[in-house]
Amino acid sequence: MSSAGWTRIALVAGLVLLLEALCRAGVIPNFTVIPPSAMAQSLWKVLASGKFTPDIIATLTNVGIAIAASMVVGIALGTLLQSWPAARRVLDPLFATYYAVPMYAFYPLLIVLFGLGDLPQVAIGFLLAVMAVIINTLNGLDRVPPVLVKAARVHGLGFLKTAHRVRLPYAAPYIFTGFKLAVAYSFIGVIGAEFITSSRGIGYEISFAYNNFDNPVMYAMILFILALVVTVNMSLHAWEKRLLARRRRA
Amino acid sequence: MKPHVALRGVTRVYPGKTPVYALGPIDLALERGEFFAVVGPSGCGKSTLLDVMAGLASPTAGEIVFEDRPVNGDVPPGIGVVFQEDASFPWLTVHDNIAFGLRQAGASEAEVARQVGYAIEFMGLKDFARAYPAQLSGGMRQRVCIARTLVLKPRLILLDEPFGALDQQTRLLMGDELLRLWRETGATILLITHALDEATMLADRVGVMSARPGRFLDVIATDWPRTRDSTIVASESFGRLTSRIWTLLRGESIRALGRA
Ligand SMILES: Nc1ncnc2c1ncn2[C@@H]1O[C@H](COP(=O)(O)OP(=O)(O)OP(=O)(O)O)[C@@H](O)[C@H]1O
Ligand SMILES: [Mg+2]
Repeated sequence: MSSAGWTRIALVAGLVLLLEALCRAGVIPNFTVIPPSAMAQSLWKVLASGKFTPDIIATLTNVGIAIAASMVVGIALGTLLQSWPAARRVLDPLFATYYAVPMYAFYPLLIVLFGLGDLPQVAIGFLLAVMAVIINTLNGLDRVPPVLVKAARVHGLGFLKTAHRVRLPYAAPYIFTGFKLAVAYSFIGVIGAEFITSSRGIGYEISFAYNNFDNPVMYAMILFILALVVTVNMSLHAWEKRLLARRRRA
Repeated sequence: MKPHVALRGVTRVYPGKTPVYALGPIDLALERGEFFAVVGPSGCGKSTLLDVMAGLASPTAGEIVFEDRPVNGDVPPGIGVVFQEDASFPWLTVHDNIAFGLRQAGASEAEVARQVGYAIEFMGLKDFARAYPAQLSGGMRQRVCIARTLVLKPRLILLDEPFGALDQQTRLLMGDELLRLWRETGATILLITHALDEATMLADRVGVMSARPGRFLDVIATDWPRTRDSTIVASESFGRLTSRIWTLLRGESIRALGRA
């Protein structure tokens, strides 16, 4: 590992140890934050008990659906818009302000539309994620060299096949950036929504534990999310590096 | 005999605020199995001519007929194109790049492996079959594109400065390979090149284009035997032909430069 990598690990470890020391010394009272070692212990207990397994499965399923839907819809819309400049000129300014809209404000509306089940959470994750996929798909497709599209035409490829075999593969690194954002936004959207009105999921359990002053469970679940998201992102990052390696000069 | 491909009064204007008269009018008829080279000053419309012949761009006026069918806005089957720019697919290995068209046409994997293996050997890319274009030199990438076109056995091959990225020695050798291929397949070839000696050595006829908008100033027949190779560059008539082309081109090149 690089020296930056070791320094990073040392930095995180140092902060955790500092927090541990401050909690143990009573500088930070236990009803505010419990020591990291206690969080880890509690997480272990909570996971082993299986009590929250259905919540974890529900959250991960909803996040997965939000990611998949935003990828499919985002790539399709991005491809369509990129080859339809007139529509794009109309929509571009709206895209630019999209992330200025607090999506959670629509939560009541989503409940009216989709009921009290999992759909409102999925919808928020999807709404947050899909624009990142659209924008990055557009960005990637804009960079396809015209000569590659000509080559596709010489090979007799029509619009859909050119998109599938040439333009999207060329844009793949950019779309991957959209994918990474879609993963992050889906977690944010789904778990955030679970806090508001939902009867299960990781976000719901954290909120429930908070309301019942159950710090061990609350911090266990927070730690769980943190570990999960960091692991997912690091895997995606490693995957991206492998994909990009072949596209770059050594 | 009817020509294999014929252009009549073909022009191309790029529309815009100040329209660019890029090409023509061009009249040209290529016999089946003929090797035709095009030389002309930079920016005179050579690549535009290729686009129009391939059906990648519509002519502003005039018509193109390939194998008795008009070409208009679509690339007819049977035409292969090697572009001036690098058109290799960066996400595919050399092998998969060359296999692209064959797979598209629905060839079996056994057939693909056989054809691509042969083409890789032929193009001197044997050690790079599993490499990606980013790991190749510009000349090697161009050879990948040539191979990708040739494995489809086009009846009309349009090449736009395919050896531009190669050194002089390799270019002469690739020229020999191209001649061999041309003899074996009987394809009609149109080769755009900026190297006058290359045009003289390879072609049955050399079309010399004017500065933009490109027209043919003259078409010069070389009268080489079909079995020629790069050794003809040492012959007396080679020098005579090349200097004749240069005499035609010199003034045009100066004009093209003066405009730029
Ligand atoms: N898409 C386009 N829009 C407007 N003008 C264009 C376009 N493509 C080419 N041109 C112009 O048309 C003229 C001919 O271009 P073309 O690429 O056919 O020349 P060329 O002979 O192939 O040049 P080179 O020797 O540099 O390859 C040039 O003046 C160029 O600027
Ligand atoms: Mg050109």
